[in-house]
Amino acid sequence: MGIFYPIKLLANWLTDVVFRLKDAGILREAVNFFIYDTIKILILLSVIIFVVSIIRSFLPPEKIRHILTRKNRFVGNILAAIFGIITPFCSCSAVPLFLGFVEAGVPLGVTFSFLVSSPMVNEVALVLLLGLFGWKVALIYIASGLIIATLSGLIIGKLKVEHLVESFVFKHQIKNSAAGIKMSWRERFESAKNYTAGIIKKVWPYILIGIGVGAWIHGYVPADFLAKYASSDKWYAVPLAVAIGIPLYSNAAGVIPLVSALTEKGVAMGTTLAFMMSVTALSLPEFMILKKVMKLKLIIIFAGVVGIGIMFTGFLFNAILK
Amino acid sequence: MKIQVLGSGCKTCKKLFELTTQAIKELNLTTEVEYITDLQKIVAMGVMQSPVLAINGKPVLTGFVADVKKIKEIIKKNI
Repeated sequence: MGIFYPIKLLANWLTDVVFRLKDAGILREAVNFFIYDTIKILILLSVIIFVVSIIRSFLPPEKIRHILTRKNRFVGNILAAIFGIITPFCSCSAVPLFLGFVEAGVPLGVTFSFLVSSPMVNEVALVLLLGLFGWKVALIYIASGLIIATLSGLIIGKLKVEHLVESFVFKHQIKNSAAGIKMSWRERFESAKNYTAGIIKKVWPYILIGIGVGAWIHGYVPADFLAKYASSDKWYAVPLAVAIGIPLYSNAAGVIPLVSALTEKGVAMGTTLAFMMSVTALSLPEFMILKKVMKLKLIIIFAGVVGIGIMFTGFLFNAILK
Repeated sequence: MKIQVLGSGCKTCKKLFELTTQAIKELNLTTEVEYITDLQKIVAMGVMQSPVLAINGKPVLTGFVADVKKIKEIIKKNI
């Protein structure tokens, strides 16, 4: 936590000197926690999103596609999962990405690895995990996310489900060009700056609310409040967490701070991980949009395979991290 | 000149369409901005991110919404 020490000092100064809460007990704790986490997360977000945007300007999806069409399945699935990390994901891009990949000859399974990893292992979730849970949990999350994405794609590839994709998709054959819009370094910085500002503008209210409620829980809810319902020996906690996570996609930025506070109050770590993965990877709006290009059965297979992967991860870490 | 905004019909895409229409007005151009939700057209341009701003069939902005000032710049550069 060394590098965050100056922020801790600033938060202490704000709570004790500016807001005069030095002797306010629990209230001081909650306010201090809120200020510290908010500043830390916003700084981390700005820095990391900016860096990822610069990297991304060298690897637009068009170039990724070019690389993926020339790889065999196994390597292709792993690469697709890794590339998914740096690709931002908005459910409105799900269909063009899917069409663009499949019509250019990227195998269906490899395309699915990308579709799973892209929203699941995204930089906003990573920053929040890093800031609120520490690097170990962030690393476990990335590694599990990549494994789930790779395996889900491999499994879907093996299932031979091409007939469940709307038939027009395979009728179009498009030429596979790596061409994108050429950018200078100045434009890369400019667009990275704009993109970062855009994301922060979009997520800051959720983060503030999430951290705010988290700070309240941190200060006022008894430490083992949820242990009765969500400790690691409760088998139903993981599937329940996954089910609750599905409709929450757009609020991932607010959900993670909240969850970090709940973890302190007795929710097992594996359950927490499963919940966050479900929030990011399984999204109802995305499923609805994908309906334009694939049959419902394939969407259910897709959600099922990923959901099982997430639950497995949850149970595994509940068993390991006791 | 042909100006098109292509998108899946999501909020971001509509925003880009509105801003582009506004940019055209502010530049005193008479060109109509076409709004296309056929995603196949995006893919055929070789682009995989939505929304897309295309001028004369060539994508000039993909994957995010810029502000009116930037859109005006892009239009002027590509006329």
